[in-house]
Amino acid sequence: MCGVCAARDGGDMITTERLTKTYGPVTAVDDVSFAVEPGRVVGFLGPNGAGKSTAMRMMTGLTPPTSGRALIAGRPYAELTNPGRLVGVMLDASAQHPGRTGLETLRLVAIHLGVPRSRVEEMLELVGLTADEASRRVRGYSLGMRQRLGLAAAFMGDPQVLILDEPANGLDPQGIHWMRGLLRDFAERGGTVLLSSHLLHEIEAIADELIVIGRGRIIAEGSLDDLLAPTTTFVRSLDDRTLAAALVETGAEVTTTPAGLSVTADAETVGRLALAHGIVLLRLSHGERAGLEELFLTLTTDQDRAGPVARPTGAAA
Amino acid sequence: MTTISAPSASPTASRGPQVGSFLPPPGPVPLTRLVGLEVRKMVDTLAGRWLVIVTLALALVLMVAFAIFGEAPEVTVGTSLGAAGGPLGILLPVLGIMAATAEWSQRAGLVTFALEPRRGRIVLARVVAGLVLGVAVVVVSVALAYLVTAATGLLGRPSGYDMSAAQLAGFVVVMALSVLQGVAFGFLFLNTPVAIVAVLALPSVIAVATQFSERMAEVAPWVDLSRSGAPLLEGTLTWTTAGQLATSSLLWIGLPLAIGTWRVLRSEVK
Repeated sequence: MCGVCAARDGGDMITTERLTKTYGPVTAVDDVSFAVEPGRVVGFLGPNGAGKSTAMRMMTGLTPPTSGRALIAGRPYAELTNPGRLVGVMLDASAQHPGRTGLETLRLVAIHLGVPRSRVEEMLELVGLTADEASRRVRGYSLGMRQRLGLAAAFMGDPQVLILDEPANGLDPQGIHWMRGLLRDFAERGGTVLLSSHLLHEIEAIADELIVIGRGRIIAEGSLDDLLAPTTTFVRSLDDRTLAAALVETGAEVTTTPAGLSVTADAETVGRLALAHGIVLLRLSHGERAGLEELFLTLTTDQDRAGPVARPTGAAA
Repeated sequence: MTTISAPSASPTASRGPQVGSFLPPPGPVPLTRLVGLEVRKMVDTLAGRWLVIVTLALALVLMVAFAIFGEAPEVTVGTSLGAAGGPLGILLPVLGIMAATAEWSQRAGLVTFALEPRRGRIVLARVVAGLVLGVAVVVVSVALAYLVTAATGLLGRPSGYDMSAAQLAGFVVVMALSVLQGVAFGFLFLNTPVAIVAVLALPSVIAVATQFSERMAEVAPWVDLSRSGAPLLEGTLTWTTAGQLATSSLLWIGLPLAIGTWRVLRSEVK
């Protein structure tokens, strides 16, 4: 069903199993298990310090896990032969030597991977860096240019998997749109993408599945559509008061607004209840789609998971 | 939401070939390639390139200055190399240090270690790369010494070729050891300035420490790497002096390199 559910068969390209990293008393990554299938663009969403980067460093063999493990195509990263030919990695766009030109930076990667030199020019073209820009030293690059350079390096080995930490950071809206196209195309040709962001609008624009992480733990995961599915039903009837009382009895939460009731139950439940009580419905519809921002805030706010956040429901769709 | 896993099922699959199909299948990365890359990385930045240029330029300037203003009765390969020995002895360890530490301060190690997760191979490649570049600088310096000597002779002034093949080899070995010491200290501290200070201060520290007592003075030849190479230069290597070279090398090259390698293998790359 969903590409980011618990690990299962061997078809998954990125798998983490109970991945955990502690630094003294601090648990940076806490029992994280998920799997990403080919063809997916999965967003790793969480506030700064949530453990995204640490988890990605463990996936790429740069940080040893305290417990648990991470696998790429079923194998630990450190056991991959020439891993850059399978996994394109960009963990920090700023992690380029400032004294090298963009061109030299990419040439080093090409030599390491053992790919033809012509690949360097192709990658520059892919990420939209001009020959003039490529001949300049990285020191003078904007963050957006560094991101493009890092992506060019990640794509260099013609990989099947991309692991990108904050790749949209520093890109303007057009740049984000461009990256969406680049990563979608990659996924549609069978590629697997895991990218992180602490910004909702970036993830919303690029990913089609989400893993929401906070304080090192997975808080929610699933497709963007599922996570955005309406959680409330809007209803108006000739006897809102009776209907509200009946709904509360079933355990639903009811918010009374001047326009009607916002109920944490699905439309069928509300409709059947109204039928049972002989209440005439004037209107029955889904509530607003949950905004991702609200979801994000809801999921990451301190223990504040008592119940869905009440929303003003003036104009239901 | 249904599973999208087969790329051929996608209507947009015609956009391009399947990922991972552009290039020939990947092969392993040979160690020689890693060494070549590390050498290249040492000279493709301004700092690295200028270190090599300045080292050779200083060596040449000192050789020429010695040939012109020197008090020695004749200019020889040996006196020329002696004149250049100062900058070489200081800058070659720095070259080695930079081979080890450069990426640690610039975070470019994130890329290198992601491309080669078997970090021991990177350590080995950097040791060899430091040696290759360091020995290349030394060999060029020796060639410059011959040039200066020959030029002096052509100008009709007293000159001579006084170094045997064994002595020349000894000179290269001593200089190579100083590069290795730099690499070892670089890995030990993983911090360029700290490693440079440590390497440059070490001979003075040993000299002071071994002056305190008779017993310390007896130990000195066995622990002072800056002195134990002398028999190689003079061509007077005996079992005793070879042993002293071995113990001091183990202490100031082997040990820091072992600890440094352990650090690199264990540490988290951020």
